[in-house]
Amino acid sequence: MDEGLRGELSKHGVFTTTLEGLHNWGRRNSVWPLQFGLACCAIEMIATSMARYDLARFGAEVFRPSPRQADLMIVAGTVTKKMAPQVVRLYNQMPEPKYVIAMGACAISGGPFKQGYNVLKGIDRYLPVDVHIPGCPPRPEALIHAFMTLQRRIDAQSLTGPNRARHLRSDVDSEFPVPQFGAHDLHPPSNPKTWTPPQSVRSQ
Amino acid sequence: MKTSPEPPSGETGADPAPVLPSPQDPPYTLRSRRDGDRNLSGDLLEISMGPHHPSTHGVFQMDVTLDGETVVQLKPVFGYLHRNHEKIAENTSYLASMPYTDRLDYFNSMTSNWAYAISVETLAGIEVTERAEYIRVIVSELTRLLNHTCLIGFLVMDMGALGTPLMYAFREREKILDLFESLSGSRMMCNYLRFGGCRCDLPPQWLDQAREVISDFEAFLDSFEKLLTENEILMARTQHVGVLEADLAINAGITGPMLRACGVNYDLRKVDRYGIYDRFDFKVPLGATGDVYDRYMVRILEMRESLKILEKALRDIPEGPIVHPKAKLRGFRPKPGEAYGRIEGPKGELGFYLISDGKPQPYRYRVRPPSLINLTILEDMCLGHSVADVVVILGSVDIVLGEVDR
Amino acid sequence: MIDTESIANELKTALPGCGIEFVANPSPSAQSSLLIQGTDLVAVAQWLKDHSEYRFDYLSNVTGVDHLEKTIKEKVKKTQVVDGEEQEVEETVEQTIPGYLEVVYHLYSMPLRHGPLILRARTGNRSNDVALPSLTPIWRSAEFQEREIFDLYGVTFDGHPDLRRLLMWDEFEDHPMRKDYVEPDDYEYEPTPHGPVLERANAHQTPPSTDAPSETQSD
Ligand code: SF4
Repeated sequence: MDEGLRGELSKHGVFTTTLEGLHNWGRRNSVWPLQFGLACCAIEMIATSMARYDLARFGAEVFRPSPRQADLMIVAGTVTKKMAPQVVRLYNQMPEPKYVIAMGACAISGGPFKQGYNVLKGIDRYLPVDVHIPGCPPRPEALIHAFMTLQRRIDAQSLTGPNRARHLRSDVDSEFPVPQFGAHDLHPPSNPKTWTPPQSVRSQ
Repeated sequence: MKTSPEPPSGETGADPAPVLPSPQDPPYTLRSRRDGDRNLSGDLLEISMGPHHPSTHGVFQMDVTLDGETVVQLKPVFGYLHRNHEKIAENTSYLASMPYTDRLDYFNSMTSNWAYAISVETLAGIEVTERAEYIRVIVSELTRLLNHTCLIGFLVMDMGALGTPLMYAFREREKILDLFESLSGSRMMCNYLRFGGCRCDLPPQWLDQAREVISDFEAFLDSFEKLLTENEILMARTQHVGVLEADLAINAGITGPMLRACGVNYDLRKVDRYGIYDRFDFKVPLGATGDVYDRYMVRILEMRESLKILEKALRDIPEGPIVHPKAKLRGFRPKPGEAYGRIEGPKGELGFYLISDGKPQPYRYRVRPPSLINLTILEDMCLGHSVADVVVILGSVDIVLGEVDR
Repeated sequence: MIDTESIANELKTALPGCGIEFVANPSPSAQSSLLIQGTDLVAVAQWLKDHSEYRFDYLSNVTGVDHLEKTIKEKVKKTQVVDGEEQEVEETVEQTIPGYLEVVYHLYSMPLRHGPLILRARTGNRSNDVALPSLTPIWRSAEFQEREIFDLYGVTFDGHPDLRRLLMWDEFEDHPMRKDYVEPDDYEYEPTPHGPVLERANAHQTPPSTDAPSETQSD
């Protein structure tokens, strides 16, 4: 629709929008995160939802304890190998459309604990991550920024076409295989469908 | 016309009544100890609380066996946040472990720093400057305030007061975190103490800001207590819940406010008099019954004592160097030997045990985590209570999973 | 601080036949300890707990330590009589010390407010003779810490009420805090590695052909 016409109409009290715009406006402003804290970063996540930073301004103050009612998983903290199957299971139980924010260095890559034998080196080995937040811990502002980034992503999705939202597509997996506890490590150590080792710049 | 003899018990029914247990003779006995036989009836229900559970304060799991609503067995499961802190520390230099200690107990980075620093100082015989000692006391008492308020906020949230007290607690926490941020550059992970002192001097006006925060805190504590201390729901949910006796507490190695709530006067600030705590005049609050309410009350009173310490420390802090000139940060290799250093953290006795073999890395690096050891008697405290009380009892133990699992 | 040496002497007279050895600590901390023979550990612990002068009722810390087998080359100065004259001769003596696992206990007394008294006990070796008596029946605080040592070091504690892995999952087979533990090779993916890290990173750049995605090939 022509922008000028739309502005003209709104002066007369007639608001026009697309169905897609309305749909995304609703989805973007009522993202309910899963109440799910793993480590230190979770404290900053709680701080974000408290009075000073007030995540409620973005429509995301409703932390849901049950994955069945949540849209967004904020992986806040270190994912250990013992916890990784649980995290994947929780993700599998969330209904579509679902999004993942990896909060903090640990959730991205293992962070300071990367050398640990029981630390998963990044949750994207098992799950598709939409937004990564670096930091140890990221400040609440960083989480808010990640949240706005996610909102922009949701806004850019359309109802039809190749850029459809996750729940309208049949080609995206909504469940991922849960890794098994092995004798020395998780089995498999990563999900090759979602993750491949990054190309090393100096690889030779 | 009587055809049948009178029933011996005086009842008139033809069928002998089935033997029902009288209320005085319950089918099972409530146990306060786990040993001994249990006389259970009915079907037992096993539920697994956690590792994803909003009231477990992180990733902690309890396998609870219930008889109806009553807990008959409770097995904690650990390790969901086992981040191999000790292994990593044994492969890196002494100083490089300092930022990892922040992440042990992520509410109280300053006290964890201090515990580690004190162990290394014991191991290598490093002295601490006067000004640094005062700064250490100030930051660790601020940490105690922060920990206890947030803990009480979470505890009350576990009882169903969603939000309000926790929001108040976090509002105060933000003020203290602002102080820490201007001091160390980071809100939570301060990495501030060094062997023999602190990393950097106080920024200008910091002491005035700290004084302001503390004078506000007094008023906050009053209003917080007005909300909670005589609150009927809080009293009903916490009094005579999770009672712990003093001798069992000592035997199980319980420390910190948990132990003092049982009436045992053991505060390392008084016992070891580490740092400069002998210069401060403060009382050690003790509980009488050792229930959850006592633990709450001990923490509130401890905060009031901390405020006294802080006031004096902020008044008396001298000028001077911030790190002892003989303390070496780079190329630090303590002589072979071992040392165990401990401090009174907000959660209990936090100790570090170090073995040096003369190399830049410690040969053995061990954290004595108060949160883990305070959980030893979790089952004993929960047996006989209902599931809803388990949540409250666990909340009153004050655990942080980063420290439980390390 | 308490006098560990006099306690050692007292213990030796009170419990004759027990293997008790004083271990000095040369570092500035001067926290010396007592090496107790594993079989006598319970008797010593009970004595220390009950003795009215010591009353060690609080077991604060239980630690495992791993000592690998090591060969020490020591230069020993010997006085030898060479040609009827006394001379100092240096000799290199090679000595193999078998590996063992060690458990260290830190005891305090709450009523008397003293401590720490440090006890240590050693296992026979690192593979099959790894049992030590559990002190959990005496001090409950050892319960989780002994489980942790069983998990991470592989010391088995006889008499422990519930000896299971504490931190790792049950199917896990290794003892990761041991010095010779090899952790899974799964993390060297820095963008610009060098040295040995580069070698490890390169090893990950050519994944096995089964799950090799086409775009990941080293050039
Ligand atoms: S990124 Fe840092 S703050 Fe966050 S969980 Fe990891 S160690 Fe903790």
